[in-house]
Amino acid sequence: MSKILIIGETADGKLNSGVAKVVAAAQAIGGEIVVALLGADVSGAAAEAAKLDGVSKVLKVERAENAHILAAIYAPQVAELAKDYSHVLFPGTAFGKDLAPRVAAKLDVQQLSDIMHVHGATRFDRPTYAGNAITTVEAPAGIVVATVRLASFTAVAAGGSAAVEAASTSAALPSHTRFVKMEAQKSERPDLQAASKVVSGGRALGSSENFKVIYDFADKIGAAVGASRAAVDSGYVPNDLQVGQTGKIIAPELYFAIGISGAIQHLAGIKDARTIVAINKDAEAPIFEVADYGLVGDLFTVVPELTSKL
Amino acid sequence: MKALVSVKRVVDYNVRIQVKSDGSGVVTDGVKHSMNPFDEIAMEEAVRLKEKGKITEIVAVTIGGDKSEETLRTALAFGADRAIHIKEGGEVQPLTAAKAFAAVLKKEGAQLFIAGKQAIDDDANQTGQMVAALLDIAQATFASKVEVDGNKAVVTREVDAGLETIEVDLPAVITTDLRLNEPRYLKLPDIMKAKKKPIDATTFADLGVTPGAGFKVTKTAPPPTRSKGIVVKTVDELVAALKAKGLL
Repeated sequence: MSKILIIGETADGKLNSGVAKVVAAAQAIGGEIVVALLGADVSGAAAEAAKLDGVSKVLKVERAENAHILAAIYAPQVAELAKDYSHVLFPGTAFGKDLAPRVAAKLDVQQLSDIMHVHGATRFDRPTYAGNAITTVEAPAGIVVATVRLASFTAVAAGGSAAVEAASTSAALPSHTRFVKMEAQKSERPDLQAASKVVSGGRALGSSENFKVIYDFADKIGAAVGASRAAVDSGYVPNDLQVGQTGKIIAPELYFAIGISGAIQHLAGIKDARTIVAINKDAEAPIFEVADYGLVGDLFTVVPELTSKL
Repeated sequence: MKALVSVKRVVDYNVRIQVKSDGSGVVTDGVKHSMNPFDEIAMEEAVRLKEKGKITEIVAVTIGGDKSEETLRTALAFGADRAIHIKEGGEVQPLTAAKAFAAVLKKEGAQLFIAGKQAIDDDANQTGQMVAALLDIAQATFASKVEVDGNKAVVTREVDAGLETIEVDLPAVITTDLRLNEPRYLKLPDIMKAKKKPIDATTFADLGVTPGAGFKVTKTAPPPTRSKGIVVKTVDELVAALKAKGLL
């Protein structure tokens, strides 16, 4: 039977919402599921993780050096914990992508990125070529170290009550990496990767001031705000709003692509959205090929009208 | 100090990928290839650090068949001083690539290993981190700003919540994110000069690397296609359609 270790991500003492999706992937693999949380004090997040359905145990790996998430510091500890497990799973976030390969190399195993479907304990699907090809792979013998593509799994419910245990490792920690500062983008809006509705704007917005029509509409329907790479590169919005191959991969119920042409790299980030709505003045824009509903028109008239009619 | 920059020849990012009908992979024959876009950013950053006097020599390195030499020539045209071609055809998974790069890094005594954050073919996002792990040196992934000062580097990283800044001791691995820089446009005289710069050939065997067991690809399929959508004429029609589906 598989023994699965999930390395949970936390921020400000809270559990990242993606962890509940990693648990869903672990359930698809089947077996005992343990969540490990690293930090200086992770009791709050551990209590949240303990409630996730299917989790049998939560390990708290608390020490002062773990206060900031640094892959070089976390990796030796995770590699030591991993030895008792058949699978080590990470959320496919910046945290997981930074840490998982470092852990895999320490364990001398190849790593699997972005599990999007589980066929069995050693057989998985993952996207390649910006999601334009889906590859089925068979893992070799040994520990499977993988990141899970959050957009492909539905979060498990929070009805469980797993035991929370303190755990420690004897791993020596390096001193070559030091945290300096974090400039977080504060937002009152829903989190882009967890939101059921997302409104994204593209280059056609023309300026950061004009992005107001996107924010107004998003706020009206309680949606998160996203953006294309072009809008980010032009400085209209901060880069953590970028949706696409090199930004965030999302799968909301409803996605509005406004003034976004639909480059391959953008489509890679939204392919799993349940319903896609495109608003663009160019009827030939590639976004209309994937949109469930398309409206050809000037966004500066269409979007305010849409906002006013809801 | 010396910087090693890894570059990869990939299917050009503008190409519309075709999956082979027998499920054995994607069509790459006769398809335009170019340098992985994140590696162009890595090359550009190395050249800028050299222009600022922070590094003295740039060595470009790639793993691939004969055609990968074109990618090394591009790196040399960017401003690499010389190149190393690890001649291995076929699929190379990240840990194997990382072992080869780590061996070169050690042999060259380079203080910086600059790589793209991911290759746009396998989308793995692993190699840089693995090089750092194998050598037990620092890593600064998804870099959007790099400042090298003596034997340290201060790197701003793009993380999900915003921007994080870390300080790392050298030697270190840096992987580049899109907003680190705008790669320069290569000029004809530089492309001509690049033809004369040296490229050394080596192999995994020379470097003492044995590819271990990896993930075996059993099938490659196109993504599921979305059913054809509807074009509505007015905002009212759109609102009615979304409300009918219970989405608004």
